Amino acid sequence: MIDTLTARPPLHDWTPRALYIHIPFCTNKCYYCDFNSYVAAGQPIDAYLDALEREMERTVSALPPETIRKVFVGGGTPTVLAPPQMTRFLASVSRHFPIAADAEFTMEANPGTTDPDKLEAMRAGGVNRISFGAQTFDNGLLAAIGRIHEADDVVNSIRNAKAAGFANLSIDLMFGLPRQTLEQLADSVSRALELDLPHYSLYSLKVEENTLFHRLYERGELPLPEEDAEVAMFEHLRERLGGAGYGHYEISNFARPGYESRHNSTYWRNEPYYGLGAGAHGYANGERHLNVKGVQPYIDAAQRGLPRLETNPVSPREAMEDFMMVGLRLRAGVRQADFARQFAGARLTDVFGAELRRLLEQGLIEATPGEDGYRLSERGVPLGNEVFGAFLP
Amino acid sequence: MTQALVEVRKRQMADNDRKQSHIRNFCIIAHIDHGKSTLADRILEYTGTLTSREMQEQVLDSMDLERERGITIKLQAVRLKYKADDGEIYTLHLIDTPGHVDFTYEVSRSLAACEGALLIVDAAQGIEAQTLANVYLALDNNLEILPVINKIDLPSAEPERVKQEVEDVIGLDASEAVLASAKNGVGIKEILEQVVQKVPAPQGDPNAPLKALIFDSHYDAYKGVVCYIRVIDGTIRAGTPMKFMATGATFDVVEVGTFMPRATAVAELGPGDVGFVTASIKNVKDTRVGDTITNAKQPTAEPLPGYRRINPMVFCGLYPIDSSDYNDLRDALEKLELNDASLRFEPETSQALGFGFRCGFLGMLHMEIIQERIEREFNIPLITTAPSVVYKVTLTNGQQVDISNPSEYPEAGKLEFVEEPYVKASIIVPKDFVGAIMELCQGKRGEFIDMQYLDANRVTLKYDIPLAEIVYDFFDQLKSSTKGYASFDYEVSGYRQSNLVKMDILLNGEQVDALSFIVHRDRAYQRGRVICEKLKDLIPRQMFEVPIQAAVGQKIVSRETIKAMRKNVLAKCYGGDISRKRKLLEKQKEGKKRMKQVGNVEVPQEAFMAVLKLDE
Repeated sequence: MIDTLTARPPLHDWTPRALYIHIPFCTNKCYYCDFNSYVAAGQPIDAYLDALEREMERTVSALPPETIRKVFVGGGTPTVLAPPQMTRFLASVSRHFPIAADAEFTMEANPGTTDPDKLEAMRAGGVNRISFGAQTFDNGLLAAIGRIHEADDVVNSIRNAKAAGFANLSIDLMFGLPRQTLEQLADSVSRALELDLPHYSLYSLKVEENTLFHRLYERGELPLPEEDAEVAMFEHLRERLGGAGYGHYEISNFARPGYESRHNSTYWRNEPYYGLGAGAHGYANGERHLNVKGVQPYIDAAQRGLPRLETNPVSPREAMEDFMMVGLRLRAGVRQADFARQFAGARLTDVFGAELRRLLEQGLIEATPGEDGYRLSERGVPLGNEVFGAFLP
Repeated sequence: MTQALVEVRKRQMADNDRKQSHIRNFCIIAHIDHGKSTLADRILEYTGTLTSREMQEQVLDSMDLERERGITIKLQAVRLKYKADDGEIYTLHLIDTPGHVDFTYEVSRSLAACEGALLIVDAAQGIEAQTLANVYLALDNNLEILPVINKIDLPSAEPERVKQEVEDVIGLDASEAVLASAKNGVGIKEILEQVVQKVPAPQGDPNAPLKALIFDSHYDAYKGVVCYIRVIDGTIRAGTPMKFMATGATFDVVEVGTFMPRATAVAELGPGDVGFVTASIKNVKDTRVGDTITNAKQPTAEPLPGYRRINPMVFCGLYPIDSSDYNDLRDALEKLELNDASLRFEPETSQALGFGFRCGFLGMLHMEIIQERIEREFNIPLITTAPSVVYKVTLTNGQQVDISNPSEYPEAGKLEFVEEPYVKASIIVPKDFVGAIMELCQGKRGEFIDMQYLDANRVTLKYDIPLAEIVYDFFDQLKSSTKGYASFDYEVSGYRQSNLVKMDILLNGEQVDALSFIVHRDRAYQRGRVICEKLKDLIPRQMFEVPIQAAVGQKIVSRETIKAMRKNVLAKCYGGDISRKRKLLEKQKEGKKRMKQVGNVEVPQEAFMAVLKLDE
């Protein structure tokens, strides 16, 4: 009998079927943003795209890919690339990776950065899904969080994208913004729903270190809504999106049936993924890696080899904890069958018996009806961290 | 004995007499901020004990804590050589003393090792209450007191007025008081001359059996216990079989030495000498500050009187946050007790906090210092319960018990009456603040005794106040209501019957023993309300609603509710950054581990001190 807590889990020998590529350029830095991104003006974008190609070469020779089923190009703002750069970049992706004909191929975009030429370059290059950072439809709030677009830009960008043949579109909205009221949020939701998109992401603002918001917060100058107000916003979102026929398939994500983000589900299912680009994270071969973050340092590092900042082996136990921590974000929850597949037949109740019992008693999780698995209860959804944290040492 | 040997012996005795007649032992009495440490530094510099290059500011305050707070907690003893105007070289021993009321015990220790004291008075501020208390202690010890008016460089200095005050208030002749500015090095030589001329040389017989006073000690990892001693009679040297008269322990001396200011070995210490002795003493309990050292083979008949043992006035529970630190905490307390005989502790158990110690302190500052030293020097994170005083409780069956832990307070039915300690508080303030002080004291159940003008501007107010009220936030309030101008001192004046009740705090319906406190019945309702509000702010939201109740007996006097936590969930995985998510969750979990689980409620450390900070 294999000791599943010490033996290398089968999961660690799976070839990634998902690919993440990071484009670390933006037109400007938003006040809440701590992503690895740099203002594009004056950056060596072409040299960066060269370096990306080099990393692609090195990656596929180190870990030869099988058919890729989902691609996600994030940032930054990938759509700051000029149309020729876009064409060249996307061509290099499909040259190095065998991308399935029916793959989900997402690119992040900011409203106002997608003119018809660029949209055409994206479509021609294989992109079939666009995720726009709308954040809110209140122009005052947009300015207050450092966005440079206006609400109308969102509407126009969506119209252009549809005209260019993109049907699988999503927008991000944020709640819990400084001084944001429930009325403002309700209005944004109405405007978003009018766009009649198949997918919406609704994120609560999290104040991260090394951002302008964090400095304001530390000084007591960031008037965030109270916990109760934020809960009311979250409830409102769930009601409105649910009422409009969108499934709440992950804590922050809503979709019409069949339009759930397949790429992000890779993370939530604890499955491996390639991660390329400055500051990108990848998970393959039983290791999580983080790439060198700065643009020029990344370019230099890619000359020499794989541009890694850190590579950390994931122990079987840690991988199991991750499985719970990310899997329970999905409303469908975690399944015993998936756990057994990843960990050589291990049983959830053997590994996490005490934690599961306690969370069941607290009413934060429930057994999945008709299936051998667990998911967050209705009460557990807004208290997810209490659940995820329970599986950590 | 041949004639020659007799001659040698005579010469030796003459040498010894000469040596002894050239020793001067003195200490410095001063209020906090009046410049004691600076003056000590200047004296070291002037006598060449340290070159200015070696000077680190406040040399004598060697603890980090002392430098940071600018106060002296532990005393130190330094040997200086001074060539006086009469052409002779004198050996001076300067024994540093703490200035705060809580350390009176330490002051009495250094006084017992001296023949003289410099009384430092700030030329702008004049005499403070605390200084007076120590001057009286010094007078009781028959010390020669040399007034020094310091800080004459200040624009607001009024040396003549302060001189007059020294004469009026203390009754000392201040006509020859040195006018000094320690900061600018003015008057240092005059001070040293007065020490040589006015402080008597130590008495004592070098040929009598050894008799030396331990006035302090500390533990050294290599040398074991280092005892700071003042030799009264006889001599002590390496190899002397010494006996601690109170504990009966005997050791052969390994090393004797003096502080110059670094510890330096010498051949022997004779009458009047101040220095240290080590003997590879590993067990800190064998030595006791205040004990007398003698020669085991040729013991002295009578030990020295030792010190007035001061009973602790303030008690609190000290608990390790991590229960596995319990034994380390015991070791830490034993090491601190070694040179702080006023510290008391005994094991106690709390349902809420587990195993810990009930500790007795001389006052609030003493308590704070000990806590900080344990956390810093021994690296043991602590939970401290609110301080309590000792109540004398008479039960209905006539039995009398002392209660220093509120959770042991008997139930109302078994209680005949309770007495609580009162102090006589002396507060010196500029006259503009008299109203504020009176209001404060009355609010603290104080009874007015007396008010006297020290001069045209300053007033001494005397009140009888329950010690328990001072233990709460009296210092802070005093400071804030007088802009820091008040000077405050107190002495215990006895016990009085009071109408007191025990207030219990219930979290989620369960009584938390470590949060109970004793309060005057008339204030119970108000205190209960405030503490419930405080706890509501301090205890984070839990997974369920947590009622907080304050109760006297069965009666709930106040109630607040901590609402259940409603939202705690991370928004997003940033481009597959699982490690960041993990770190955030781990951090959250770490925070929970630092809290104490009381029943099923997680309570942060600060909550146990909440009763202390009631802004009523």
